[in-house]
Amino acid sequence: MSPRTLLTELFPLGHEVRFEAEFFAGAARTAVGPVHVIGTVNEVLIGVELAHRLAAETLAVVQAHPGRPLVLMVDTNGQRPGRRDELLGIDGYLALIAKCLHFARLRGHPIVSLVYGLAVSGGFLATNLCADACFALPDTEIQVMNLPAMARITRIDLDRLRTLSRTSPVFAPGAENYVRMGAIEAVWTDTAAERLVAALKDLVADDHRRRRDGAARAGRLCAEPVSARVCHDAS
Amino acid sequence: MNCSFREATARMRIAGLVDEGSFIEFLPPPQRTCSPHLRALDLPAAFDDGVIVGRGRIAGHALLLAAQEGGFMGGSVGEVHGAKITGLLERAQRENPAAVLLLVESGGVRLHEANAGLIAVSEIMRAVLSTRTAGVPVLVLNGGQYGCFGGMSIVSRLCDAIIMSEEGRMGLSGPEVIESACGVEEFDSRDRALVWRTVGGKHRYLTGDAAMLVEDDAAAFRAAVLQLLDSITPNLSLGALLAEHQRLGERLARFGGCSDALEVWRLLGAEAPESLPLLEIAEFLAVAPSRGRS
Repeated sequence: MSPRTLLTELFPLGHEVRFEAEFFAGAARTAVGPVHVIGTVNEVLIGVELAHRLAAETLAVVQAHPGRPLVLMVDTNGQRPGRRDELLGIDGYLALIAKCLHFARLRGHPIVSLVYGLAVSGGFLATNLCADACFALPDTEIQVMNLPAMARITRIDLDRLRTLSRTSPVFAPGAENYVRMGAIEAVWTDTAAERLVAALKDLVADDHRRRRDGAARAGRLCAEPVSARVCHDAS
Repeated sequence: MNCSFREATARMRIAGLVDEGSFIEFLPPPQRTCSPHLRALDLPAAFDDGVIVGRGRIAGHALLLAAQEGGFMGGSVGEVHGAKITGLLERAQRENPAAVLLLVESGGVRLHEANAGLIAVSEIMRAVLSTRTAGVPVLVLNGGQYGCFGGMSIVSRLCDAIIMSEEGRMGLSGPEVIESACGVEEFDSRDRALVWRTVGGKHRYLTGDAAMLVEDDAAAFRAAVLQLLDSITPNLSLGALLAEHQRLGERLARFGGCSDALEVWRLLGAEAPESLPLLEIAEFLAVAPSRGRS
């Protein structure tokens, strides 16, 4: 679905989202009040300039509209690989987005994110994954890398990875796998606008929920007990 | 006695850093905290999953430490590996140590447990920020053989300060990844001089991303930690974020047209940039141009 169509569907009460190249942002109205939308299009590879722009928008909202919920809709094929981006320290630019989103959460801005196309690695880590709750539309792709590339790099037989992926959510791309592991709260299969309002209403800021969900959904059984043991080990 | 960070294992790095006999490991190898995903692939597991976490002291200061072992799957972050670091950071929020030290050495997400590794890095990121918000500084020590790449470079840049040796490397996409994605003309990963001056400790120090540049020696890292403990208070205020945003914007304007570190260093005021990679650390620090702090 094109982002413009999706925005119309998500915000039947209207929005003022503006597009500049691969970036978009603006206010939108919902049944639970105004929100601010920040996103990207075209499965963009996030480089230093776009990362800087995403951080700027977050800081501007924090200053101009205290407490206004943020809706992140970042469509990305990951960080832009290249010598210039590395020379300039792209890790620091992506880290700045994560810091700004953390600050916004602390200042009381609820953050909901929606994967509507593609979410890959570093671009996903520094944006949508920093939200209080991350959702996905059906037929979206979330991945570190595809199975053939993974088979090539790890030298594990592709058929074996495919077989394992039938039962384990760890290896293969896909939003449903991330649901089972607790990183995606749910895939929205019905009316997105209603789901967004419900998500904004029900939001609870809790860094442990994803680990608990991952364990409860049997997709990520170690993260919760291992982190708890290190945290509370009597040594 | 000199203890090279580059040559040492993660355990040796910790031993060379902390007060003698002060280190106590959480979930030590006898507890066999292994990755279930590697087991499913019939791959060799490590009883610590490639990261050592625990408590120790430096000159009496109580610290929590995590050290990644590049010798096990490149220090990559899987579900268990990541949960150990996240748990350590959450412990810091309870115990309020003088600091958390992350001795990083990692290629980033462990591709053998792709989705679990990516989510694990996300949880480390949140835990670093929450730890800093709780007032506990998080310091990065980067001097391992494998460098620090992928998601762990983002984690590093979320921390209060980074101490690097010249041998340390830090970048998001590693040289080999860029070469395979964009071609050898974009980045020749076998050109060692190019790799070091693009992602090595000296460049990161000159641009201000690394707070301190030290000799490849555990004692030098220890001295740097002590110096930072005296001077660092976590600051994630709006003012700090606006200032960092402005610095990074100025960096784009000032160096955005550069294609090589030598051009950046010249713009920073280095008189003979091509000589900088050859200098010993003391000489380098003496002639290094005033840093970008950007």
